[in-house]
Amino acid sequence: MISSFAEQVTNLQRLAPELVLCFFGILIMVVDPFVGAARKKSMGWLGLVGSVVALVSIRCAGVNPGAAYSDLMRVDRFSVFVHYIVVGAAILAILGSLNYLEDEGIQRGEFYALILFATAGMGIMAGANELITAFVGLEMSSIATYVLVGFRRRALKSNEASLKYFLLGSFATAFFLYGIAMVYGATGSTKMDAVQAVLRGAGSSVPAIAMLGLALIFVGLGFKVVIAPFQIYGPDVYEGAPTPVTALLASAPKAATFALMLRIFYVAFGSAGHLWFWAIWISAVLTMFIGNLAALAQTNVKRMLAYSSIAHAGYILVAFAASTDLGIAAVLFYLAAYVLMKVGAFLVVTHLGQQGEKRLELQDYAGMSTKQPVLSACFSLFLLSLLGLPATAGFLGKFFAFQSALDVRNPWIVWLVVIAAINSVIGAYYYLRVIIAMYFWAPAQDYAPTAVAPALTTALVIASAGTLYLGLLPGRILTLAKAAADSLALR
Amino acid sequence: MESHSLLLTIVTFLPLLGVLALLCLRGQDHTWIRRIALAASLAEFVISLFLLRGFDLSSANYQFQESHPWIGQAIHYHIGIDGISLFLVLLTTFLTPLAILASWRSIHDRVKGFFISLLVLEMGLIGVFVSLDLFLFFVFWEVMLIPMYFIIGIWGHERRIYAAVKFILYTMLGSILMLLAILWLYNAAGTFDLASIERMLQSGSLVFSRSTEMWLFLAFFFAFAIKVPLFPFHTWLPDAHTDAPTAGSVILAGVMLKLGTYGMLRFCLPLFPDAAHRAAPVVGVLAIIGIVYGALVATVQRDLKRLVAYTSVSHLGFVVLGIFAFDPTAIQGAIYQMLNHGVSTGALFLGVGMLYDRRHTHEIKEFGGLASPMPVLMSLFLFICLSSLALPPLNGFIGEFLILIGTFHHHHQWASWAASGAVLSAIYLLWAYQRVALGEVTVEKNRKLPDASRRERTILITMAAVIIFMGVASPLFTRRMAVSVDNTLQQMTRVQSASREGRARLAAQAKARNPAQPPSRGGFSAVAERLVRP
Repeated sequence: MISSFAEQVTNLQRLAPELVLCFFGILIMVVDPFVGAARKKSMGWLGLVGSVVALVSIRCAGVNPGAAYSDLMRVDRFSVFVHYIVVGAAILAILGSLNYLEDEGIQRGEFYALILFATAGMGIMAGANELITAFVGLEMSSIATYVLVGFRRRALKSNEASLKYFLLGSFATAFFLYGIAMVYGATGSTKMDAVQAVLRGAGSSVPAIAMLGLALIFVGLGFKVVIAPFQIYGPDVYEGAPTPVTALLASAPKAATFALMLRIFYVAFGSAGHLWFWAIWISAVLTMFIGNLAALAQTNVKRMLAYSSIAHAGYILVAFAASTDLGIAAVLFYLAAYVLMKVGAFLVVTHLGQQGEKRLELQDYAGMSTKQPVLSACFSLFLLSLLGLPATAGFLGKFFAFQSALDVRNPWIVWLVVIAAINSVIGAYYYLRVIIAMYFWAPAQDYAPTAVAPALTTALVIASAGTLYLGLLPGRILTLAKAAADSLALR
Repeated sequence: MESHSLLLTIVTFLPLLGVLALLCLRGQDHTWIRRIALAASLAEFVISLFLLRGFDLSSANYQFQESHPWIGQAIHYHIGIDGISLFLVLLTTFLTPLAILASWRSIHDRVKGFFISLLVLEMGLIGVFVSLDLFLFFVFWEVMLIPMYFIIGIWGHERRIYAAVKFILYTMLGSILMLLAILWLYNAAGTFDLASIERMLQSGSLVFSRSTEMWLFLAFFFAFAIKVPLFPFHTWLPDAHTDAPTAGSVILAGVMLKLGTYGMLRFCLPLFPDAAHRAAPVVGVLAIIGIVYGALVATVQRDLKRLVAYTSVSHLGFVVLGIFAFDPTAIQGAIYQMLNHGVSTGALFLGVGMLYDRRHTHEIKEFGGLASPMPVLMSLFLFICLSSLALPPLNGFIGEFLILIGTFHHHHQWASWAASGAVLSAIYLLWAYQRVALGEVTVEKNRKLPDASRRERTILITMAAVIIFMGVASPLFTRRMAVSVDNTLQQMTRVQSASREGRARLAAQAKARNPAQPPSRGGFSAVAERLVRP
């Protein structure tokens, strides 16, 4: 098949964000050896420039929606929305890493290159219209993050986390790949539309092999978004990883993987919704309860936030289970809100951990509000948003998720929402506990506050402004999310 | 009307202006922080008085309405007041300056944060009273929890953290269920606008089945019952009150508890009248238990502040009883009693706070014979006690009397049981007063206590003046409530008949479609119905 020059240009344009990310990633790798050890931080700035350019190029790709590379990739409003989330999270993570790496003495160029490659992989996942392409994206992001998790080479926990993540993650991707094979066997294609057409034609008698394939895909992707019963590794990895990496890990891959799950479940397997509904339902209930109840027992703030991100994946599944256009819009809105508040929270933890990530326990936060009032207020905002307090992004995320679910009028979904509501009250306790420590406890004596670096300040300002913006004036983002959901449904 | 159009928004958000001003000050500048907070809250009070001037007593509509689209098509910034919320707004703006004045000397630590919290709290409370959009209502309802949480948790007494967490978790549990009910209403009606939903219910274009209505009623009612607090959901209240700083207790008892009874009146009754009627026997009994139980428990308290806290359980029981009597007089009495309780109990807490400032204890046995070192303070305190125990012709009497008359029309037994609460209140308050103020000075330290300062006298005399005014001039208040109360009751009747017709219509349709099947009812709703059926 010979494609015209114009077609090639269009292909490149539609793949622009990934190309930009990879270009800057490679650029960093090439330039890095020529930069002296003292000036490695400049690689971080280069990475930042790369990701900002990528953010701009999303728009460039978005103005010309359509298929790219013989329909392996799709640029639609849905993929554009997810791209913004993913690249935005990467920018925040890079801003948070600049000084962190400096303090830890592990300032290296490849760190930023890996973040860019991982982000490119996630971008591919968000736009993939074909399962093998999705697999390539998944692997790209996974392998880069395996390395990032172990980036504090001299820290035992970081190594442990990396190894755990790598071994279990490889298993999960293998499951995913095996699932793709099954789906191909059953339907004769790996393209979403083709699978959709075959399954629609089959009507209610969906081939068992295809469903088995979907189950395996669910295992593989469920592992990546850390939902029960595949969540065991999550807190260990999140706790061991360098905190800015945790911020990235807890946000961007989740968004990208949820996007991929939506495409596979809702588009390709949409006609089998009644069959996968229960998997999602049960997983949602387990995820919420496990995440929240385990978080109650944590004294380490970083680990607590890790469990809380499991719980949030559960709330997202509630909207997922609704499996309507409104539900997809709610998932997307939730993801945007979630990324802002979660990355913000982890970045605060990054700063307060101080060198060597020593100060992560709850008692280390005692009386922080008297010593660092602005940072404490910022952290409280993120925590209250995670809790779901009105006027913050987290509330509206839950609000739309619950609303879309109640809209379905299926009694089981109503129960799911009731369970989610009870869970968000359970969750309130552990978020409030951190606020109690910061505001109500007497200050810890040995605590010497350090100044917040400008880069981190920028990231925190962006995250908290975003959290408030989505909480008070969500109209615009909600419209975009709805349009994105429509673009997914229209196909 | 154009000249009024922004007034309510100004009243709602003016405290935020004060907050901005405070944020500009340095944290050590305590005097100016206090002054500016006081000035902001006084300005707020004066401006809120303009609401009285523009208020049209003959109109049953919401007044000072403003409506702007906020999020999408469904969620509006829609505010307005009627005769029910008017005085509750004024009560809030009246109590806040007094609460600020009461904290003048007693708050030394993180002064700026304290006054910011108080002003944000004021904004949240007013916001709840004026919201006519369910979403907006919920936002204010939750947002105001946070400043209260900080006020109890940072500036409270010994067990402040426990009290703060208990307070917020209890309330959140109630409100999350209300949120689900709000979402359900929205999915059914397609709007969050209270007035539109009311219209749809009255015209019969929105009909709930009996069990759905009961579920929705219960979800709302549960949230409000926790807030009131209605027995048996009251256990957070004594802790929160005892450990909150004086200003916190004043606002908590004076205004926040009314959010619960206000919510019942605004949402539970007009939106779910049928369910409200079915639930009334249970609610009435719980209210009476609350009245008697609260009074008995208050009698045996050793801690003066805890005693006052339990009187709230008892007094708010009266209010709930009045609301669920579905009688115009009783409901007017209930609203009036909300105001009275705000003033009287607020004043009681202020008095207790003044004692605490002197001795740093609430134990009754640490006091005794205080009338001789502090004649002015203790005589004003006695006056407030008398108001709280409903001595004629003070304000408390009018409220309780109206509630009892109205209730007596429909339920003799309820009224007679509730009346015993009035007797008990005389016992616990006078006995407490006797132990605190009368007789010989029992504790040596108390001999030299200073009498009320000028600031304290200002606070208490203002309170006393309002108590007398509300006692003798009650028609000024009830006249403004009457139309709205009648309207609420008429609306209940209209919604009831509309939903009866609607249900009959639906049943007929169902029968026409499927004649063989008997009307089915889900297991859970059957249980719920059995629980609340008389």
